[in-house]
Amino acid sequence: MWKYLLKRFLLMFPTLVGVAIVTFILIRVIPGDVVELRLAGDRGAASQAAIDQERARFGLDQPIWKQFAVWMAGVGRLDFGTSMWTGSSIWDEIKLRFALSLQVAIMATVVAVVLAVPLGLLAALKQDTWVDYAVRIFSIAGLAIPSFWLGILFILAFLIVFKWLPPMVYTPFWVSPWQNMQQLIWPALAVGYRYSAVATRMTRSAMLEVLREDYVRTARAKGLVQRLILIRHALKNAMLPVLTVIALEFAFLIGGLVVTEQVFNLNGIGLLFVQAVAHRDYTLIQALVMLVAGIFIVVNFFMDVMYAWLDPRIRYR
Amino acid sequence: MRHRNTWIFSSLVAVALVVSAGWMVSAVAQDKPRSGGELVFVVPSEPPSYDAHAEETFGVIHPMAPLYSTLLKVDPFDKTGTKPVGDLAESWTVAKDGLVYTFKLRHGVKFHDGADMTSKDVKASYDKIIFPPAGVKSLRKESYRSVEVVEAPDPYTVRFRLKYPESSLLLNLASPWNWIYKADLLAKDMHWYDKNVMGTGPFTFVEHVKGSHLVGKKNPNYWDKGKPYLDSYRAMFVTSSAAQVAAIRGERAHIQFRGFSPAERDQLTQALGSKITVQESPWDCLNFVSMHHEKKPFDDKRVRRALSLALDRYEASQKLSKITIVKDVSGVQVPGTPYAATPAELEKLTGYGRDIGAARAEAKRLLREAGVPDGFAFTFKNRGIPHPYEPIGIWLVDQWRQIGLNVKMEMIEASAYHPMLKRGDFEVAMDFQCGFIVEPDLDLARFVSASDANYGKHKDKVIDELYQKQARAGDFEERKRLVRAFEKRLLDEEVHVLWTLQWHRIIPHSAKVKGWTVTPSHYLNNQLDTVWLSE
Repeated sequence: MWKYLLKRFLLMFPTLVGVAIVTFILIRVIPGDVVELRLAGDRGAASQAAIDQERARFGLDQPIWKQFAVWMAGVGRLDFGTSMWTGSSIWDEIKLRFALSLQVAIMATVVAVVLAVPLGLLAALKQDTWVDYAVRIFSIAGLAIPSFWLGILFILAFLIVFKWLPPMVYTPFWVSPWQNMQQLIWPALAVGYRYSAVATRMTRSAMLEVLREDYVRTARAKGLVQRLILIRHALKNAMLPVLTVIALEFAFLIGGLVVTEQVFNLNGIGLLFVQAVAHRDYTLIQALVMLVAGIFIVVNFFMDVMYAWLDPRIRYR
Repeated sequence: MRHRNTWIFSSLVAVALVVSAGWMVSAVAQDKPRSGGELVFVVPSEPPSYDAHAEETFGVIHPMAPLYSTLLKVDPFDKTGTKPVGDLAESWTVAKDGLVYTFKLRHGVKFHDGADMTSKDVKASYDKIIFPPAGVKSLRKESYRSVEVVEAPDPYTVRFRLKYPESSLLLNLASPWNWIYKADLLAKDMHWYDKNVMGTGPFTFVEHVKGSHLVGKKNPNYWDKGKPYLDSYRAMFVTSSAAQVAAIRGERAHIQFRGFSPAERDQLTQALGSKITVQESPWDCLNFVSMHHEKKPFDDKRVRRALSLALDRYEASQKLSKITIVKDVSGVQVPGTPYAATPAELEKLTGYGRDIGAARAEAKRLLREAGVPDGFAFTFKNRGIPHPYEPIGIWLVDQWRQIGLNVKMEMIEASAYHPMLKRGDFEVAMDFQCGFIVEPDLDLARFVSASDANYGKHKDKVIDELYQKQARAGDFEERKRLVRAFEKRLLDEEVHVLWTLQWHRIIPHSAKVKGWTVTPSHYLNNQLDTVWLSE
């Protein structure tokens, strides 16, 4: 078990280095230049002398291997440098937005789990009845409707029917839970619905598969009550693929809510990502990709731990 | 009976007088500025840094201009945005030879930390702008090439000595970018203002939450007693235009100072009715077409002229103004401003005639004469921004097809667009400029041969000389004549570039917002000292 976990843990580092190399090269290959973009501004012109001065200040006049070495040395010290667009520390840029994105991701995950597990279970138990069909329609609609579009519908409904709009400024939960919820509950619902659709379908199919297993039949034959069979034997085993989906979706939500964040004007990581790419802010893009990759890798690691806990075959391998 | 009628008549007159007086009092009361309240506005961009001397985006000006003062400013009630008035300067004189400008500063102006503002601060700020030390970025120092030295002979006098007379200096000193900083802070660290705020403006800095908002509150020690009227302001950073419209429509914000599209204006007026006021103005921004003078056949002015003759600018003005942020047919100066061409003067220029049939026949003849075959294909590179680039691009391609050209439009992603222009990697490309004040020196500088922004790489000594002459002309009429000559050379004789349509600024805002006047520049009139809320 420990050997398995150690191996999984150590594999995280080469993955991160690979991500760092690919990101560093790709961002410099795509056309566009942070310095020219910033200096040209709205006026549409910038002098070559000013451009050269700024490029030197950012170290962009250095050979690419040297730029990479300097950046990696910083990353090794957990110093991601400063944003080329704002001049602020990368940590300052990210930490502001991370709290909001994390909260939306957690809330959407809660919405998804609360909807998906009971609905998936119900659909599996009532297979091919009207209950099953209703759940399937609900989940297919969730897959078909993009969360940003649902968000736009929310906004329009608030404006037209209630003459109201969610607050546009983020208030941390510990400052004002009411203000915080007024702003974040709607994107969490919009995103959570789509997320729950994936998880509902996964729960249903996993449960159907498990309910046909020999050990479930045996449990029934020996007279165990249905509730125990379902929760202790069937659900625990059916949760393996469902957990994978939930975990990967959670990691995706941290940096992937680009359009939804725009619709609700959320100051999150997704929007920061788009702005960083639009500005060709190399240092910020690199840091954000590393952050999202790091989250995926850590979530995957925890998934491996969960697998080991849920599936004894992995523990004893 | 007669007595009774007289009594009734007198009573009616008295009632009418009382009602009229009441109405007048009410009208006066409505126009009288009211103190209090928080102005909430949305800003589609955000300050990269806090130092306006080193920045080039309205994302700095809109949220932060209320925190600072400038030496001069543009009259906030002047719709042309071209009339300088004093801000920190109480009065000024110009020497007869135009080489010395002397400004008397207001007494009793204090920085937000309580320190007195003196000529030392103005000198230090302008030294940073005009003569930045190595490693200090100043984006507009080129605009002050005529300035030899800035002097502070006494605490309340500032003197600019020039190497040669320059007509645009006064307006340049009213630049909304030239915030006056504290000399002591600059002496300690020239980069202090990159990340910190300390001004003398009508509002003091409260907080900036990146990506979210910036808040300022009323400066109780502001030099202009009784102002500002607002208790505070809150600038909210909202990039999505749909979210900006929703913010105004949902009454979460009062105004957005840059501008909305016609469709967004209509959406807001339909939804909010009398709760919304719309102010509009020609905008000191323009899309023009650059043609690479070193690439055939665009090195031939007959071809460039044909491309201009193909354009029906008057029809486009009617049609495009319904769908995007352009409207007026214009020359090199914003219509309605002092140096602008009249419609009659414009009609004499190539491509500005009213008979489009004749113009296109002439265009085809010129193309044949230049040896350009029917169906000649080229690529028009456009910037990947929806408004107004896309509609203008589609219009241009359509117009050129009507003279037998086969034009393909390539949309270049916004981040890669400026480097493409700089590399000269185009035959024909959309170009643009936005000015912070309508002033020939500022608007025309990029068209001189040596300009870094001369992407079409034309070389024209006549243009260069005309630019110099108009810049130094002391007489208004003489300068206007030289600007006309420059315009004729640029757009007619040589057709170095093709003018499309002047941008049109549309500001639908809450009817509660008073004391704010739209100008042709979205960089102007953002100090908010005259703005108030009616309820």
